[in-house]
Amino acid sequence: MSAWFDANLVSILNGAAIGCLLFILAIGLSLVFGMMDVLNLAHGAIFLGGAYVGWKVGGAAPTWASFLLALGVAVLLGLVAGGVLSAMTEPLRNRSHLDQALLTLGIALVVAELLSMAFGNDVRGVNAPPGLDGSVSVFGNAYPTYRLMLIGVGAVLAAGMWLLVSRTMIGAVIRGTVADREMISAIGIDNRKVKLAVFAAGSALAAVAGVLGGPIYGARPGLDATVLILALVVVVIGGLGSVRGALVGALIIGQIESLGRALFADAASFVLFGALAIVLVLRPQGLFAGATR
Amino acid sequence: MTDRVSWPPRGMLFGVAAALLLAAAPLFLAPYATTTLTRMLVFGLLAASLALLVGVTGLPSLGHAAYFGVGAYAAGWFAKNISAGAPLSLLVAAAAGGLVAAATGWVAVRARGVFFLVLTLAIGEIVHQAADRWDSVTGGSNGLYGIPATMFGGEPISNVGLLYWYVLLAFGIGLAVLWLVARSPYGTALRGIHDNEPRMRALGYPTSLYKYAVFVIAGTIAGLAGGLLATQQRLVTPEDLGFTTAALALLAVIIGGAGSLWGACLGAALVILVRDTLGPTLDGHGPLVLGLLFILVVYLMPCGIAGIRLRRGQRPAAGDSGGTGKPAPEPVSVGGGASR
Repeated sequence: MSAWFDANLVSILNGAAIGCLLFILAIGLSLVFGMMDVLNLAHGAIFLGGAYVGWKVGGAAPTWASFLLALGVAVLLGLVAGGVLSAMTEPLRNRSHLDQALLTLGIALVVAELLSMAFGNDVRGVNAPPGLDGSVSVFGNAYPTYRLMLIGVGAVLAAGMWLLVSRTMIGAVIRGTVADREMISAIGIDNRKVKLAVFAAGSALAAVAGVLGGPIYGARPGLDATVLILALVVVVIGGLGSVRGALVGALIIGQIESLGRALFADAASFVLFGALAIVLVLRPQGLFAGATR
Repeated sequence: MTDRVSWPPRGMLFGVAAALLLAAAPLFLAPYATTTLTRMLVFGLLAASLALLVGVTGLPSLGHAAYFGVGAYAAGWFAKNISAGAPLSLLVAAAAGGLVAAATGWVAVRARGVFFLVLTLAIGEIVHQAADRWDSVTGGSNGLYGIPATMFGGEPISNVGLLYWYVLLAFGIGLAVLWLVARSPYGTALRGIHDNEPRMRALGYPTSLYKYAVFVIAGTIAGLAGGLLATQQRLVTPEDLGFTTAALALLAVIIGGAGSLWGACLGAALVILVRDTLGPTLDGHGPLVLGLLFILVVYLMPCGIAGIRLRRGQRPAAGDSGGTGKPAPEPVSVGGGASR
């Protein structure tokens, strides 16, 4: 057992890092999905936009200043993109999920194409900022410092989101909207504003995830679809609109992506979607549906 | 209840005229245009099979290209390794599409609303990955190439006009099957499930079984369309069963107006026109145009091409349901309802 653990420690840590990244990405998707029933297929395109911002603003070998600047620009762009998406889906609020999915899919296609026109088809690799670009020894295995930091950031963000959603007034409104949208608007809260705020914040988080993911994934065409599908799987496994669900789902999917790929190489995507199918068959609403904590 | 796939005598005339026009097309079209038209037929059959799922039954699948691709690979592999005789590879394709739909559908039809969307997306991805990885059968990411031309009476069908007629015949058979299903009492029950599934279940219809059956039927016809794809382009790549293909098929259905088989075929023709004719002239920025098309269609044509005509013709029906004193129930959004 301990030999197995030793051999796979790097994969497990990688899985945790990917899981944290996925959590940052999926939380916005999950809340918008759970609150407003809007299936936002443009979420991956925002992640990719963030990744290109990281490369363009931060540079391929960013300093701390340029890395933080890139994060700031990504937050701003994400907020704007979320606002635009919220406004664009507003006329469809009474239409089917399919129509909303198609609209955001169209937006995703356009954004991805514009990004590939602007940045070409090469993989734009990004280094970690100085101080984090080396590696440290974890139980005798060399491991990239940046990924450890990512696990830390993910943990902090998860704790912050949990506090925000379960312990504050804002969180109460968000949970209320997930549970019963009509009731929330009946007590005088404009749920279009709630939707706008959550859309903007979720998109900003997606763009931040793009910058943070730069040193791991780089920025390349097609990345948007890959991360979108992972985020959707996370959200569905975790249950719509649940912070805890998104966290657990992200950590599970992170491990499947990393440890699964290390152990089963070719079968990893089958494991991924097999897990999704099993969860949906056993618990059709996801693992933590309804529990918005 | 308005019959969405109605085929009144006037429609019959249209149908016969369209069939004659389609049959005569290669006689006056240039070979390149005939090839494009063949592609439209292939994609149209895929879109029509998806319309049976999305429009008639209310099952919005994002992974329907999986069965299309399975059919294409099955037909290509069969033609390459066993026999290239005329209808055999198409039968194999339809059977393969149906089998894979039967194997995956029982999971899919359990999910509702957005879960159905995501689960079908996942199924599509699994099949796509399988096609990409299973080198020995599918040729991996290079695709399955070197598929021989279909043999008919000992002669390969290499003339584009003859190939077109062959595809047209299969298209006609596939569309007829879909049309018969949509017109049958079973099809009426499917529309009932689309409008109000709990009520249909309360009336004693085994709705899950019905949905499963229509999923398999649509998968079979999508497999047949895939077989036609392999027959026509003699090359199958993982792209053919990827998410983009599934999304384009869905776009065709929405353009055509969900619930209308002929609308889906017209939508498919438009999508192919944009992708294959307009796309290359835009320096490979076809996806940009398609993305804009998605956005425009969702905003401007909520009921699609078929809806433009239907909305005018539907007025008396709407008046009827008002006359019974019972307000017509709010149409259930596609896959809507109990999503939490």
